[in-house]
Amino acid sequence: MTGADVLAAIEIRDRTGTGCVAENGFCPDWIADNIDKYWSPLLEHVFLSVTSVAIGFAIAFTLALLAHRFRWITGPTIAVTGALYTVPSVAAFLLLLPITGRGNGTAIVALVAYTLLILFRNITTGLRNVPEEAVSAARGMGLTDGQILRQIELPLAMPEILAGLRIAFTTTVGLATLAFFAGGGGLGEQLYSERAGTGGLNFKSNVVVAGGLTVLLASFGDLIFLTIQRLATPWRRAVAS
Amino acid sequence: MPEARTPHPAVDLDFRAVTKQYPGADQPAVEELTLHVPAGEICVLVGPSGCGKTTAMRMVNRLIEPTSGDILLGGSSVKDRKPAELRREIGYAIQQIGLFPHKTIAENVATVPQLLGWPKDRVRARVDELLELVSLPPAEVRDRYPGQLSGGQRQRVGVARALAADPPVLLMDEPLGAIYAINRERLQNEFLRLQAELRKTIVFVTHDIDEAIKMGDRVAVMKRGGKLAQYASPAELLMSPADEFVEQFVGADRALKRLALQRVRDLDLWRVALVREGDPMAEVRAKIADSDIENLALLVDDQNRPLGWLGERELAAERVSGVGCSPPEPTVDTNDVLRDALGRLLSEESLYGPVIDGRGAVVGVLSMDAIAHALQTPAEDVPSSADLLAG
Repeated sequence: MTGADVLAAIEIRDRTGTGCVAENGFCPDWIADNIDKYWSPLLEHVFLSVTSVAIGFAIAFTLALLAHRFRWITGPTIAVTGALYTVPSVAAFLLLLPITGRGNGTAIVALVAYTLLILFRNITTGLRNVPEEAVSAARGMGLTDGQILRQIELPLAMPEILAGLRIAFTTTVGLATLAFFAGGGGLGEQLYSERAGTGGLNFKSNVVVAGGLTVLLASFGDLIFLTIQRLATPWRRAVAS
Repeated sequence: MPEARTPHPAVDLDFRAVTKQYPGADQPAVEELTLHVPAGEICVLVGPSGCGKTTAMRMVNRLIEPTSGDILLGGSSVKDRKPAELRREIGYAIQQIGLFPHKTIAENVATVPQLLGWPKDRVRARVDELLELVSLPPAEVRDRYPGQLSGGQRQRVGVARALAADPPVLLMDEPLGAIYAINRERLQNEFLRLQAELRKTIVFVTHDIDEAIKMGDRVAVMKRGGKLAQYASPAELLMSPADEFVEQFVGADRALKRLALQRVRDLDLWRVALVREGDPMAEVRAKIADSDIENLALLVDDQNRPLGWLGERELAAERVSGVGCSPPEPTVDTNDVLRDALGRLLSEESLYGPVIDGRGAVVGVLSMDAIAHALQTPAEDVPSSADLLAG
């Protein structure tokens, strides 16, 4: 099916008949009529992004804690996650297909791989930037290693950790539009594929809606992390004021 | 009051031939260190950088493990204790203070009591008590963050935090190192006053010999390679340095430094003829004959406060009058340390000056001779600063 055929097919359902769709313009009426087609891809998109960042965070956090205890882990981890990060995204989805098959799983594996470098680097940087004297005072007062980590290091690394989550989430929301290559659904399906029945990349109204929802999702996630960051670090504002 | 604050009595601290040898280092960081710190005293470890003073201190709470030798707290070895538990019983304050920036002042001070599982009410009461002890208004600073306090205030919080669980022993690693000179002296005095009340066993590390002499009941001078050069009272250190290294380290002005350890009230002051306006001259002559100063009388008011010196010319009249007398300055306070008193005499280019007490009344006259004489006082009779402030 060619792009022209799709547009022709859509045009049949264009009840306004003003030719907006035919002219491939920005068509509010068409959007109002077809918005329902985007809810379920949006939910899929949320699922893909949140799951991937959550799994990525769990892995990166574990690796960062190990690297915090055993310094030698840092180099190899950055090398591996860095290599993963440089694989072109479409290629990653396609490369995984023979191994994990089509579907959510493949998409999530690829998306997780992309979050690892960002999250690992931010968590380790955060832990490294904890003031040395706070840690040595804590040790000298009789806090155990675990208590130092939970009560001193992690709270003080919070700003960097949350900054990492913000970048990772925003990036993942963007990358998740490619998940449909692996059959993972999401807004990418609407955006790129004509099979979704919304006109694909050639239809401007579709691009505006699918793209707009992606941007909104990324911004909304960013706002949530920003709020958490403010709530988790009251001392920073107190000192700044 | 001290009873209420110190249910844990101070304990003796003993270094027994403690050596720390790092693998690969050509000389030990600390070599065969043997020291006895009596309960309730401040022992200052002082020396140039790399002399092992901080290493020695950190072996007490097992932040560093000795290669050989032992450290005893109240007679029992620190090796028999779990490090984390041992540390909760030893107050710890460091130069950079190390307050936790994300915790409020109250939370910072409450660190060890919380580790020990004190009930909330007791922790809160203790925090307020400690903040008051270090002269910080609890209501004002309790809920603030360290970043909102000045350097001096943070320093006090650091001390309060170290004292929180009322440890019998306190380790202080250059606790005033980051403080400007002016505030530093005030904090030193405050700390000594606090110690006079609390009477903890304290190991205090500094690289500053003046601070060591001021803060220590006993001073351990260490030199490179972690060797103990001399362990003595401040006065003894200044009067009879054990070797050339100590002599150089305490400085060419060691005699002057000693003067900071004695107060005017400790000296034999000259007696002086105190006269009032209108006194008949015969009486004045008799008083002068009975005093230690020839041909001079000191005119005072009815409260015995000094008004001026009467010399030959003024004493030639029939009765005492204030006309023509020379001003009584410099006057020195009976509580001044000799160094300050000497400074005052020198700045007025005077060989002597009236000594006044707290109410301004003359109690005698301090002379350069008396100060020179004081330098010959045997070391064991010269008190430490802590004693001076306590007395």
